[in-house]
Amino acid sequence: MADRAVPVVEKRLMEVKLGEIGTWVGGRDFTPNGMISSVRKGYERYLNKYIHVKKGGIGGLSMVLASYVVLSYVWSFDHIKHDRMRKYH
Amino acid sequence: MALLPSIMLSRVIAVSASGLKSTAPLGAGLVQASRSLHTSSPSLAPVPALPEGGKVRHGILPEEFFQLLYPKTGATGPYMLGTGLSVWLLSKELYVINHETVAALTVGTVFVLGVKKFGPSFASAMDKMEEEKVAWIEEVKDQAMTCYADAIEEEKKEQWRVEGRSMLFDAKRNNVSMLLETNYRERLHHANHEVKRRLDYQLALQHLKVRMEKEHMVNWVEKNVVGSITAQQEQESIAKCISDLNVLAKNIQAKATA
Repeated sequence: MADRAVPVVEKRLMEVKLGEIGTWVGGRDFTPNGMISSVRKGYERYLNKYIHVKKGGIGGLSMVLASYVVLSYVWSFDHIKHDRMRKYH
Repeated sequence: MALLPSIMLSRVIAVSASGLKSTAPLGAGLVQASRSLHTSSPSLAPVPALPEGGKVRHGILPEEFFQLLYPKTGATGPYMLGTGLSVWLLSKELYVINHETVAALTVGTVFVLGVKKFGPSFASAMDKMEEEKVAWIEEVKDQAMTCYADAIEEEKKEQWRVEGRSMLFDAKRNNVSMLLETNYRERLHHANHEVKRRLDYQLALQHLKVRMEKEHMVNWVEKNVVGSITAQQEQESIAKCISDLNVLAKNIQAKATA
């Protein structure tokens, strides 16, 4: 599939080669407007893929809950560390 | 006019169509979803159907993850990855088993059982609601379309009627010419009548004149004749009449006795 040459920063993340990741990250829009718009776009992409569909299942909601659970575990790991059963692993 | 309600209906359609969220359909389950460039001009009619939706396996893992690992590790790859990952987390105690684990297991079980039990009925109820909404909107659209179709029919009929305009004008022209003809004939008759009346008058006048002259002349002759009979002539004529009568009487007596 030889399309016209697309500049690196405009490629999607999955299409960026490993060596180009540095330039790709460097070229993203880090202004507040850009960051907010990227968050909003990601949110809308998730909505359009899993929620605003003809027959959405529980996956759309439960993925959000599962990620919340995982993220809250990661953030409270320093506190949970003290409940370990063994000191050395 | 029949177009006013259809204008108002189209406003209703516009308002309700903005509530429908529709996107270009995404290919479900493809990792390298080819970037859909806007090649065709975006148009909302007919409204594209809602996409199928991203698939999710076991409720929390998106299908793309499984497709990502399939070429290298086959179908059981992600499950082996999950097993190894969980064993590593447990053995390194990066995931600590404490009272919260029990709570998490309980809540998780309740959640899963609840979804399995009430999921289908809830989903069908929601689908029915959606269908009702869509059916209502479709009805609005159908009504608007029938309104427009009727308006088109009526417009065509009006155009057909316009074609008969020439016949209408011909009939009117005939009427007018007939009126003119009638009027003309009436006036002609009237003129004729008047002229005849006047001529009759002149004729009667002449007859009268002739008759009067005749009568006058007769009267005058009579008068003169009567006037010219003097007394003497009257005596003579009376004597002659008497003698004639005597002769006649004698003749008759003679005839009677003979």
